[in-house]
Amino acid sequence: MNNDCVAGLSGVSKKFGKTVALDGLDLEVRRGELFAVLGPNGAGKSTAISIMLGLRSPDQGSVQMFGESPRRVGARRQVGVMMQEVALAQELRVREQIDLAASYYPDPLSVDAVLEMTHTAPLRDRPYGKLSAGQKRQAQFAVAVCGRPKLLFLDEPTVGLDIQAREMMWGVLRRLVEQGVSIVLTTHYLEEAEALADRVAVLARGRVIASGTVSDIRGHVVQKHISCSTTLAVKEVESWPGVESVSCSQLRMHISANNAEDIVRRLLAADEALEGLEVRRAGLSEAFAELTQEVTQ
Amino acid sequence: MNATAIEIPNSRLTTNRAMPFGRVLNAYLTEAKYETVRMLRTPAFGIPFLCLPVALYLLFAVLLFGAALRADHKSAIFTFAAFDVFGVMGPGLFGFGAVVAMEREHGLLALKRALPMPPAAYLTAKLAMAMLFGVIITSTMIAAALTLGHLPLSAAQCVSLTLVNILGALPFCALGLFIGTRTSGKAAPAIANVIYLAMIYLSGIMFPLPKSMATVAVIWPAHHLDQLAFRVLGNPSEGAPWMHVAVLAGVTVLFTALSIRRLARVG
Repeated sequence: MNNDCVAGLSGVSKKFGKTVALDGLDLEVRRGELFAVLGPNGAGKSTAISIMLGLRSPDQGSVQMFGESPRRVGARRQVGVMMQEVALAQELRVREQIDLAASYYPDPLSVDAVLEMTHTAPLRDRPYGKLSAGQKRQAQFAVAVCGRPKLLFLDEPTVGLDIQAREMMWGVLRRLVEQGVSIVLTTHYLEEAEALADRVAVLARGRVIASGTVSDIRGHVVQKHISCSTTLAVKEVESWPGVESVSCSQLRMHISANNAEDIVRRLLAADEALEGLEVRRAGLSEAFAELTQEVTQ
Repeated sequence: MNATAIEIPNSRLTTNRAMPFGRVLNAYLTEAKYETVRMLRTPAFGIPFLCLPVALYLLFAVLLFGAALRADHKSAIFTFAAFDVFGVMGPGLFGFGAVVAMEREHGLLALKRALPMPPAAYLTAKLAMAMLFGVIITSTMIAAALTLGHLPLSAAQCVSLTLVNILGALPFCALGLFIGTRTSGKAAPAIANVIYLAMIYLSGIMFPLPKSMATVAVIWPAHHLDQLAFRVLGNPSEGAPWMHVAVLAGVTVLFTALSIRRLARVG
């Protein structure tokens, strides 16, 4: 593994009964990067993360965190975790949750510093059980970062957050990465991965089916999307070479094509009254949909 | 936002692993502190365990059979020891088993395992809580016996009984933890209740069992704690005290070890 690798799975397989959750999975988290793990439901993301955290043992393969087993408390003292399905102690106030989690670390931030950093100061004295779903996620995030982790695992961190709270969390994550913290992010919001991730791995059926930068993943889909208002018939445009699909909605025509420039030239030539032309390259979500569709079909 | 609040100097990142003994001790104490805070903030959980033994003792030993027991010291001690052991059993076996099962189900235990919580801090905090309950239950039982129960107890007997009960809470806590690590949040209270009720009756602490059932009684830790309470209170007891201590210690070690193993492997 790379020297810059702070945690990773190597050839990890895991079965639950007859169901194969992970099938020789390799994952590597590098120093100071935000690494997004994407995949449809049942792809093995949660199992992969739980093995990385030492919560489950792999049937085959190896797992390391800072060069040792994640089961060693010394390795975990450099790690912060935010899980998706967790209920913190309902009776404890937010500041008490942070104080308790901070006690596990050798050199944690002060409770007030954590509250300020994560914008949770207004929740300071509120019992966890009385917080809204979004506020609970914010409190869990505060717990995750209180120990000055070098490696942060975040499982669907922004579910339930309003746009403002989500933007604030993104801001904190970007600054942590700037300071050298490695972050492993699993998310269903592809725009989140697109906005934050240095590297992405797409999982399906327990394997990595694509990995690289967001542009690399986008590159798996060469299509571009063209939309315009035109009087041309759908059937006519469909017959043009390079056109993958054509649809109409709200008086606009939507075309997916590999050779967008050629199609645009032809559109303009064929319809002088054409207006509202937009060309957009495929985003991460289209690439993700296409990649995972290929595997699951 | 204040930019300095988020600053994490890189130099500090490289020295994050070692944990001085003082910090480890602080982690254990903080875990126990918040376990207590949680319990104090949910009085509905604690009050039945704290009040029921003394309420039942007063009902049977004062209101219903007070006159008879005043004339029969041996039976008075039998009754007192019965409700005392009943009180010590409850929080560990029934209460903490259910709490652990719920916390497993809610993912809290998994989070704590993923975080660098010292491995034994979670269980130690729960055991400490059961011991604290043991102290409170013993104190109220002794107060009830001395005042309304007219049971003469010396200062030495009160202190000894408290110590026996503090340590006597541990095997029940270990059993409760074991149930909590093996069952779901919904099943744990039911299973713990069955064991709780079976132990109360089959250990012979409430009613003297026929001789044919004596072998059944000795398999339950409640029987051994009851015998130690007899010893402290001056009633004749069966078997040597060290044997009872050994059984209670064995149950504690066995079920705590099985619980720790299960928690480490599966969560």
